[in-house]
Amino acid sequence: MKTLFDKDTWQEIFSSIGQNKVRTIITVIGVLWGIFLYIVLSGAAKGIDNGFERQFERISSNSLFVWGEVTSVPYNGFKTGRQIRLKLSDVETLKNKIQEIQYIAPRNVSGLWGTSGGKIVHGQKTGTYNVYGDYPVFTTITTKNIYDGGRFINESDITFNRKVCVIGERTRQELFEEDENPIGEFIRINNIYFKVVGIHKYVVEGGMADDGDIHIPFSTYKKLYNSGEHVHFLIVAAFDDADIVKVEQDIRTVLKDRHNISPADMRAIGGFNLGEMFKQITKFASGMTFLSLIIGLATILGGIIGIGNILLISVKERTKEIGIRRAIGATPKEIRIQIILESVFLTIIAGIIGIILGALVLSGINAATKDMTDYPFTNPTVPIPYILGALFLMVVLGTLIGLIPAHRAISIKPIDALREE
Amino acid sequence: MINITNLHKSYKIGKNSLHVLKGIDFIVAEGELVAIMGSSGSGKSTLLNIIGMLDVANEGSYTLDGVPIKNLDETKAAKYRSKFLGFIFQSFNLINYKTALENVALPLYYQGKKREERQEKALNYLDNVGLKEWATHLPSELSGGQKQRVAIARALVSEPKVLLADEPTGALDSTTSSEVMALIQEINNQGKTILVVTHEEDIAKMCKRIVRLKDGVIVEDTLVSQIAAI
Repeated sequence: MKTLFDKDTWQEIFSSIGQNKVRTIITVIGVLWGIFLYIVLSGAAKGIDNGFERQFERISSNSLFVWGEVTSVPYNGFKTGRQIRLKLSDVETLKNKIQEIQYIAPRNVSGLWGTSGGKIVHGQKTGTYNVYGDYPVFTTITTKNIYDGGRFINESDITFNRKVCVIGERTRQELFEEDENPIGEFIRINNIYFKVVGIHKYVVEGGMADDGDIHIPFSTYKKLYNSGEHVHFLIVAAFDDADIVKVEQDIRTVLKDRHNISPADMRAIGGFNLGEMFKQITKFASGMTFLSLIIGLATILGGIIGIGNILLISVKERTKEIGIRRAIGATPKEIRIQIILESVFLTIIAGIIGIILGALVLSGINAATKDMTDYPFTNPTVPIPYILGALFLMVVLGTLIGLIPAHRAISIKPIDALREE
Repeated sequence: MINITNLHKSYKIGKNSLHVLKGIDFIVAEGELVAIMGSSGSGKSTLLNIIGMLDVANEGSYTLDGVPIKNLDETKAAKYRSKFLGFIFQSFNLINYKTALENVALPLYYQGKKREERQEKALNYLDNVGLKEWATHLPSELSGGQKQRVAIARALVSEPKVLLADEPTGALDSTTSSEVMALIQEINNQGKTILVVTHEEDIAKMCKRIVRLKDGVIVEDTLVSQIAAI
């Protein structure tokens, strides 16, 4: 241990690896490349992971959508081809029957699935936008950022069928003057005046959301579009620990039972399981991380074998020098430690430079992708324990590989090394 | 100082065994300057290697400064070499990427001496061989004679009991040979025991005693009147 912290030990090591600088540098690059790849790849994998997480952060990750479609199996006296329409009463039944459900947001929409959007008029300006009928619970499942001074639809809007609306950022730009504050202003939706109570910020999220969406109270929508108890689709959020695939099955079973659909009918209820997709993406991201780990480790290993190889050659070249050292009193142990430390030193230097370069590249990628919000990549990082682990592994491998040339070095007999040619 | 009795050494070459030393009895007292002579193949280098603990004998006993040299493993041999012996080689064997001073200081490093002590002592010994101002030069910047003087300083710096010189002038011209031999004589005059392996008569005559080997046995062992090198 004493030799490790001895200045002279290191001076010996520096002077011997400094002998063939070009070769030393090329050798170091081999390992450096390995750790560099490892850092960049696993950072990038983490960036993709973070990116997907950001895409989904606006919506509860354990959620799914269900809607009614057309039956494909005759059942209970009904023919096939019957249009299934979900009803508001389904919401309560689902909540009561399936314990795993945390929230259900029933929604109606005009402007999607072949329906025409709402015709919106403000002053001289007009436009067509999707109009959603929503309950306040909608914002507990997906986040809507509302600009200061505004709000989302609340319970009393529902109770009193208020003609209020939340408009999107794009709607605001297209229907209002730049210096005009839309809050408190009125717009006409299908010729009925609605008071603007909030503006939602445009955020990137997968799915159907748009920056022009207009939200009005569900109860008002019912009257406006005469949709009765019908619901276009439900967003169901399950508790975090619930199995979302099973929740979907249960929901389908309950809905089939309530709507006289054959249990064998796979088409009558449409659904999109966000939770399951999210899980698959998470799996994909951890697969990427694993892959980068394997590639990184394999490259590091290759590089370290290179170091071992070069040290073997260097020991061969230095046969005479090692013989001289032995003749003037170096013990085999001292020679062995020197060679191993050379190996470890080269490995660590390569590791540190590789980590620094990798970090620089990652921060470069980070700076370049910072503003690309529609691209699932953000904040590429490698956890410190992973880096320390990699460095530790490199020290271990460097020592092991150093044993080979060290053994070669001490098997040189001084008498053979010094024999005059 | 050196006490060798009935020393045998043979090398195996394939199935045959080559008997190089066939019973050497050899005593060297402290302060002697002995030339070991013989044609090539006479076993003189083998004898020196055994004395230098670079090689081990098959048979016989060897005592150095009262310490029996036997059952040597590599570590023990290294320790004894560091403690008892200084080597001077025909081809100098300096480490070419180290300066003269660093070369001289190296044995002290393996003795575990402190840095300041090493530097001071090494510079001192370089001064003794007249190369103080060449301390920071690499071996490639030195002449043959200078290199050998650095090697001699390196051999002396660990204050060995015995100095072993294997053809110390073999790679030098006659003038530098004389200078190097003068240095060896001077060191001997200060009381150091020195063994010189050589095949040159005039170099041998600069020693105080000549031992001649032929076919693995000592054929002649005479005290001579020393000729001053310069």
